Amino acid sequence: MAALKVILYLAVYPGFLFLFVYATFCEWVDRKFYARFQNRLGPMYTGKSGLLQPIADFIKLLAKEDVVPEKADRKMFSVLPVFGLTVVTTAAMYLPVWHFSTGTPTFNSFPGDIIVVLYLLSLPTLVLFLAGWHSTNLFSTIGGVRVLTMLFGYEVPLFLSALSPAVLAGSWRLAEIAAFYRSNPCMLIVNIIGFAVALICLQAKLERLPFDIPHAETEIVGGTLTEYSGRKLAFFRLMTAIEMVVGAGLLSTVFLDGFPGGLIFGFGNFVVKTLFIVILLSLMRAVCARIRIEQMVDFAWDYLAPLAVLQMLIVIVLKGFLR
Amino acid sequence: MKVTIPIGPQHPALKEPISIRLSIDGEIITGADLRLGYNHRGIEKLAETKNYTQNIYLVERICGICSHSHTTCYVQGVEKLMGLEVPKRGLYIRTLIAELERVHSHLLWLGVAGHEAGFDTFFMYTWRDREVVMDMLEIISGNRVHYAMNTFGGVRRDITDMQKKKMLDLLDLLRKRTAYYLSIGSTEPTFVARITGVGKLPPEKAVSLCAVGPVLRASGIPRDVRKDDPYAAYADVPFDVCTFDTCDVLARVVVRVRELVESYRIIEYLLLNLPAGEISVKAPRKVPAGEVVSRYEAPRGENIHFIKSNDTDKPERLKVRAPTLANYPATLEMLKNSFIADVPLIFAAIDPCICCAERMVELNSRGGAREVVSMSQLRKMADAFYKKAGLKKKAGTWPL
Repeated sequence: MAALKVILYLAVYPGFLFLFVYATFCEWVDRKFYARFQNRLGPMYTGKSGLLQPIADFIKLLAKEDVVPEKADRKMFSVLPVFGLTVVTTAAMYLPVWHFSTGTPTFNSFPGDIIVVLYLLSLPTLVLFLAGWHSTNLFSTIGGVRVLTMLFGYEVPLFLSALSPAVLAGSWRLAEIAAFYRSNPCMLIVNIIGFAVALICLQAKLERLPFDIPHAETEIVGGTLTEYSGRKLAFFRLMTAIEMVVGAGLLSTVFLDGFPGGLIFGFGNFVVKTLFIVILLSLMRAVCARIRIEQMVDFAWDYLAPLAVLQMLIVIVLKGFLR
Repeated sequence: MKVTIPIGPQHPALKEPISIRLSIDGEIITGADLRLGYNHRGIEKLAETKNYTQNIYLVERICGICSHSHTTCYVQGVEKLMGLEVPKRGLYIRTLIAELERVHSHLLWLGVAGHEAGFDTFFMYTWRDREVVMDMLEIISGNRVHYAMNTFGGVRRDITDMQKKKMLDLLDLLRKRTAYYLSIGSTEPTFVARITGVGKLPPEKAVSLCAVGPVLRASGIPRDVRKDDPYAAYADVPFDVCTFDTCDVLARVVVRVRELVESYRIIEYLLLNLPAGEISVKAPRKVPAGEVVSRYEAPRGENIHFIKSNDTDKPERLKVRAPTLANYPATLEMLKNSFIADVPLIFAAIDPCICCAERMVELNSRGGAREVVSMSQLRKMADAFYKKAGLKKKAGTWPL
């Protein structure tokens, strides 16, 4: 019986099926808002107001011819999309959204799971780099190198800013961090700088404007994913969509006091808070131009990293006072 | 990592086929080479087989954006050969269309620049407002792209007072939007960070490499055929030549937006001061023998048509030099020592219209056989010829 339950967890809710549906929904929200910011309509025809468009895109890509370049490393080239998808789906399992009982907010929560989620969120970046590298295409290789260069820019500020609320809460377990802020809501205001930094870093991690440098279409065609087509490309796109959900979930857990309220209200909380972050991300995407790779790294180290350190200092000083 | 990467002939940054080969060192470009000849259409040859009136509609199709530029350039050349005096009202309407076309071309370019810089929101907005000027053109000519307004001795359609009023209203809207774009284009931090200091072209290089149009004016040189050699109604119209002195893509954006504002001024003046009278005079069928060079300031720069007539109803030779061709050498100069990320921006900043600039050279070999040779191949052949001719050996005797 327990085994069946775990399988249900993994396959249906909160596992793959739910994630797939919710990630495509978030993609639709993102596309719709991005379009409205640009005075366009966005997806309109598939489903009500184009709600099913991302799923239709996914299915269409699945049906397309799947080409592997002759010179590419066949094994790596085929494994990477699946691996990337697995990694982000695993990360999603640790989000404390599934309030079946207050004692165990997720079925696999443990102290230190915030580190695991952050680590699992770093892996897709490496996957993209390897994908670019093993495609042996010039555009892909340059894209792959850019992925790694960007990683050095945003990863440190992201970790610092995401961990400072954890330091203030005195716990490295996502459920406990959220519980701490639920009992002390005023503390949320302390982390406002960290929230802004983490939001920008998340945008960079998802490689969206103004940080879509690794696959800038006007410069290096498709960047890392130039050679990918069909099923593999579909998996990569799904990976990015799920990564956005996980990133938004992580940010709303540590900065927006998680998802209280039991099964139904907790779920409502999850939807509202993640969508809030998704909409902020699409707003950022709409108002910016793409910056250059060296401008991105400079920006990360000149502004993001010092701000993240400042946030950490504020938290440490405050914690000293509270004690 | 030192490699050569090809941009084109097929590339998402290029709307038309052209091949740029970049030698890169990491992210920095060390050298650039350009190959043309993917888009030859044989228009010049075709023009020799059609009569003068048919050719108006042929040259209109050289470019989908500056269609009026090519017809005006051609028509005023032929009018000179015929010795025709065009009525004032005809000239004013011709100029009006020319300026509306400049507005639509510059708005289109602004959007493209935004897209190349990854600023798609800017692109969507400018292209939405471009529809306004397209509507204005449709009000006058009934067409959005190929207006077919020019004819020998004047224009084909008149403007009524209703149309005039409607256009003045639309002009107000465009003015407001353009002021907004000027503030976005010169203050939005990510956009400005992308375009300042990119694609530097110092003034002396711009002159020596024969850059034309907004590219030249963005290097601080106030050269404009409308002012230097006024044609149509430009001698009557008060306007300024816009320049900017930072010599980079930012300057090209600013110059084009300012030219938009100047164009609105010109359009308003032309509409308010439209003289009464005929719009055209009757033109003869045959053109007396002669040669003429006609110059025209197209939105992209100086457009030149050379027409040779031989007392028949067909031109003996029509040679077109589109502004993009004149800007290629300057582009290669701009590309050197910049980042790969800036290539689309720099290339887009000259507002390239590749198929307008494509010309091929046809040679008759001794056996009577014909072959078609691209410009770059021709250059190679010329190099080989001069090597064979032994210029180096004779260097001492030839005063080269």
